[in-house]
Amino acid sequence: MNIEEIFQQLSERFGEAVRPGNFAALDPWIEVNADAIGEVCRFLRDSPSMRFEMLNCITAVDYLEVDSKKAAKASFVPHMELLYHLSSISLRHRLVIKVMLPRWRGEVPGQLPQVPTVSHVWRTAEWHEREVYDLSGIEFVGHPDMRRILCPEDWVGHPLRKDYQMPEEYHGIRAR
Amino acid sequence: MAEEELQKTLMNSIPSINPEDISVGSESEVRTEELLINMGPQHPSTHGVLRVVLRTDGELVLEATPHIGYLHRCAEKIGEHVTPRQWIPYTDRMDYLAGMNMNLGWALTVEKLLGLQVSEKARHLRVLIVELGRIASHLVAAGTYGLDLGSFTPFVYCFREREKILNLFEAVCGARLTYSYITIGGLMADLPPGWLDQCEAFLDEFEPVVDDLHALLSVNHIFVKRTAGVGVLSPELAIAYGCTGPVLRGSGVDWDLRRDGDPFYTKMYQDYQFEVAVVRDGRYPQPSPAVPLEAVRGDCWHRFFVRMVEVVQSMRLVRQAIEKYRRADGDIGQPIKLNQKLPAGEVYLETECPKGQMGFMIVSLGDAIPWRVRARSSSFCNLSVLPELCRGCLVADVPAIVGSLDIVLGEVDR
Repeated sequence: MNIEEIFQQLSERFGEAVRPGNFAALDPWIEVNADAIGEVCRFLRDSPSMRFEMLNCITAVDYLEVDSKKAAKASFVPHMELLYHLSSISLRHRLVIKVMLPRWRGEVPGQLPQVPTVSHVWRTAEWHEREVYDLSGIEFVGHPDMRRILCPEDWVGHPLRKDYQMPEEYHGIRAR
Repeated sequence: MAEEELQKTLMNSIPSINPEDISVGSESEVRTEELLINMGPQHPSTHGVLRVVLRTDGELVLEATPHIGYLHRCAEKIGEHVTPRQWIPYTDRMDYLAGMNMNLGWALTVEKLLGLQVSEKARHLRVLIVELGRIASHLVAAGTYGLDLGSFTPFVYCFREREKILNLFEAVCGARLTYSYITIGGLMADLPPGWLDQCEAFLDEFEPVVDDLHALLSVNHIFVKRTAGVGVLSPELAIAYGCTGPVLRGSGVDWDLRRDGDPFYTKMYQDYQFEVAVVRDGRYPQPSPAVPLEAVRGDCWHRFFVRMVEVVQSMRLVRQAIEKYRRADGDIGQPIKLNQKLPAGEVYLETECPKGQMGFMIVSLGDAIPWRVRARSSSFCNLSVLPELCRGCLVADVPAIVGSLDIVLGEVDR
């Protein structure tokens, strides 16, 4: 099934929660509202015409230009994107869905943005969401075990955020 | 005190026992206690710096919790500060047992973003190199797996053969593990003179060794006892956990990206003949020994055996690639400029690496340096299924299960 047909079915069922992203991109994508992601993903996995059994990857991309000179000319407003790469083994098609998030919840720095988990839809998401939380600082609501996975538990900050500051020291070891 | 009296006193001090009071307890009535066992991070059977915390009850594992991150080297963060060609050396340090395959995955991802098509000669040379890399990686997997289960000989056989592949790679690019040979736009150098003959000589020598390895491992009675029916992974669970590569095919799912993947990747293999190593009607692609009766689809034995079958298929591919490379005209192409500007866009591409589907993603806003780089690791997902496989197994089976997943911690932690 191509992306237009997938979008057609999704918008019939979920209405405003699903928006066309970019169908002409190298990897065409569909945008989904953050609070609808759980329902949409369950439908994508279970619907007989979709059957996306496999979640390949979850990626978070931080859009923030830290250089104040370049920030004025930046082609985007600061935000975060969450990309879900899905594939169907039985029907042999692929899909990319995106969720747009604010960099901070309520624009309060330090408050991590939240998005519902999809770990109950695909078990892959359990570790991938932990990785996104650890490195990019997005909280997944309803995740069974929301803690860091690659960095130590007492690490401060989320390294893949563009404004991340490397700590001066870690347990007496100079880090910079 | 007289001796007789002493005897009497002693006898009286022993309480009299009524035989009916003795309950003959069965073994299951012996109380055991839960015990936490920490396995790793420095343990030979964890294949690197993996730590697994086992909650055991006697000989049974109730729960296995993997802890990772000991080899996290911030590869994705580094990728945001260097150009794509400068990031190639970081890719082969992820899965350091199959550096060539990792180079290819990243090179193809950036080429797809650039809309770049490599020459025919480069395409065949890439197939030749990555399939040799696959053989080398599977040889390590088979050899160390034997080692995990207590047999040393196949390990030596495997590493002897792998050494020959590493010598071939060294002749090609000067490095034995971290190659950076396959680059964006082609390959770093053409083959040195006489290399193809050496490669063919290696294949001729190696072909009978596969039969030796089957005799030493695949059909070996002890090996079958240790692996058949252990750590059974159902196809549904394998897919739900995102397991790929030999782990997925070991569960009987007919899925190989070289045939089913993104067209940008599969066109590399378009005129090649090979069979996907998966069991169909109880049989694997021939030539291979019969599946032992004890083996269950999705167990450790099948995961191991898929790799052995893939080695034979990779040899087929290498032979075809040698022929095609010899017949191809032209050159192997030029790598892109070190600081070439990238078009704005996002590309995510997965390739079939020896360990599974390795995905690379590049997000570009139009500069020479990518905005975001992502590496989706196959070992990461394959390892995440470990708690499911270990639940209820014996402690001695944990190394058998970990080894059958064939993980590389450099790739898990990135």
